[in-house]
Amino acid sequence: MHLKYESQLREPLVYGDKNYHQVTEDIVRPIEAKPTRLWYVGFYIAVCLLLFGVYAIYRDVTYGIGQWNLNKTVGWGWDITNFVWWVGIGHAGTLISAILLLFRQGWRTGVNRAAEAMTIFAVMCAGQFPIWHMGRVWMAFFVLPYPNSRGPLWVNFNSPLLWDVFAISTYFTVSLLFWYSGLLPDFATIRDRAFTKLRKRLYGVAAFGWTGSTKHWQRHESLSLVLAGLSTPLVLSVHTIVSFDFATSVIPGWHTTIFPPYFVAGAIFSGFAMVQTLMLMIRKIFSMEDYITVGHIEAMNKVIVLTGSIVGVAYLTELFMGWYSQNKYEGYTFWYSRANLFSPYGWSYWGMMACNVLSPQIFWFRKMRRNLFVTFFMSIIVNIGMWFERFVIIVTSLYRDYLPSSWSVYYSPTIWEIGFYAGTFGLFFTCFFLFAKYFPVIAIAEIKYVLKTTGEGYKGRMEGIEGEKLESFVHEHAH
Amino acid sequence: MAKKKFVVGCFDDEAVLFPAVKKVRTAGYKIHDVYTPFAVHGLDHAMGLRETSLHTAGFIYGITGTTTALSCISWIFTKDWPLNIGGKPHFALPAWVPITFELTVLFAAVGMVLTFCYLCQLAPFVKKHHFHARATDDLFVMVIECTDKTNTEDLKGFLASNGAIETDIQIAEEGWWLGHYDKDEMRFEAKQTVAA
Repeated sequence: MHLKYESQLREPLVYGDKNYHQVTEDIVRPIEAKPTRLWYVGFYIAVCLLLFGVYAIYRDVTYGIGQWNLNKTVGWGWDITNFVWWVGIGHAGTLISAILLLFRQGWRTGVNRAAEAMTIFAVMCAGQFPIWHMGRVWMAFFVLPYPNSRGPLWVNFNSPLLWDVFAISTYFTVSLLFWYSGLLPDFATIRDRAFTKLRKRLYGVAAFGWTGSTKHWQRHESLSLVLAGLSTPLVLSVHTIVSFDFATSVIPGWHTTIFPPYFVAGAIFSGFAMVQTLMLMIRKIFSMEDYITVGHIEAMNKVIVLTGSIVGVAYLTELFMGWYSQNKYEGYTFWYSRANLFSPYGWSYWGMMACNVLSPQIFWFRKMRRNLFVTFFMSIIVNIGMWFERFVIIVTSLYRDYLPSSWSVYYSPTIWEIGFYAGTFGLFFTCFFLFAKYFPVIAIAEIKYVLKTTGEGYKGRMEGIEGEKLESFVHEHAH
Repeated sequence: MAKKKFVVGCFDDEAVLFPAVKKVRTAGYKIHDVYTPFAVHGLDHAMGLRETSLHTAGFIYGITGTTTALSCISWIFTKDWPLNIGGKPHFALPAWVPITFELTVLFAAVGMVLTFCYLCQLAPFVKKHHFHARATDDLFVMVIECTDKTNTEDLKGFLASNGAIETDIQIAEEGWWLGHYDKDEMRFEAKQTVAA
């Protein structure tokens, strides 16, 4: 049964001559085995960071966000930088699971599950920043449009900040549904092979009673496809709307029409970098080298070099427009506050340039794309660079406003701003460690589906088909 | 609910399963269902199932979201509490595009997933009869419903001759009920001890 033919020229996506049962065994093994010491150490560090973050937030609520160093002109600092950074990271998962599904990219199957999980956790981290930035967080429900006793005084539907509320919450919900509906069959797999009562019961509840009926699979396929179709514009809309937070303002450096595509490319760029960081760890810790192959890593590095270059073009376009517009405020922001290495924040601009534009160019070389150490190192560099980008956009546009008398203040974060950020790392990795231990990190059913066309052990057997005529192929194999 | 009698045949290769499905149907047996560890494309057609209309439902949920967003926002901003925002029009359609789009997607996605769960009768704590524990691992399990006239031994032989590696007869509940899976007999464990 070869409903899909794949050329011999393509690398196998699953190494080794495996059968369906071995796929199950390989992927479920970490769930059924005791966690390794490395897992405990990582989880412990993550929980410690999380607790520190919780304490930082406790202080934010108790003393107010005055304990941050935000000031009169820099009203957004680390908080919104981190928000945009996390949201950006949260773009890779749905891009991999939705857009690459529509583009029929077979390699997505190995990495989509973990990437989607990462997306969900990253969006959870992102959401923390605007929520706690509100200061009086017990009023957070004011962002919801509901008939209230204050008039009713509604939220402002024309405001990009409200669009953001809708965009992020929709994105989170849809990503979660997409992820969980894909998990149902895999939970059922774990349930049916469980040999402890507790595991059988818990995965039984989580699997919603999935049986694998053909009709259910047919609906499941339809559901995944439509959810992918819905998520594709959704992914693009989310960071577009985040960019509107800036682009619809009249602040020099923010007030640009290039922002939506530039932000979306940057989001994919940083998201893939984070996926690389996590995938390299997962394949090493859980010995998933047969499923997350060097081919997968290379494919993602190609996306990184493409999106990194798009981001680079956007940076240069901004600089050009700063001069070409002959608007002195724009020119000042781009050419003095940012591109001048010796201005107070010049280091952040050039840090961003070095990390995001220059260094990913090494991925034009196949050897570098397939080198795991280089990939891991670069994935960290890219994420640092993308953090710098958001910092540059936010702080260098704000710290010198139209009133020179307020220029003297140099914004740097307090320990509680840093603690909050560290806390979101704790949240992210706590969730991710739990995910890696208790969830199938690779979509078992999807791997089985592509196994016979892209598995190493099966590809050789397709040579005969290569010689067949199209008509006889269709006659023989298509039902 | 009434229990029914089923003949179960297990296949270990989808290439064997397809012709078997064809032959079983031609022979006039009623296939209750085929349980597979992953989505086998074309199996629904081979079994003669009709196409799902789930995507149509998704479209309807989507336009519900669109109309909800547009009607609510326009009522709020033009009738209920018109806000003067820099003297701009109250009916500011372009500014409502983002929220309208998000609600369209949200309604479509949530509606479809709920419909999917309803149609497939999937929910936490729902329990169904499993004809074979390896149906979610590596076996393709064909389940044939028996009538009073069915010669089960003949049918088992017929399945085996068409490539089934395992056949048996089960009397089972068709629908779902609330319960726990940990009370199941653990076939898989038994199989593992044999292997080890």
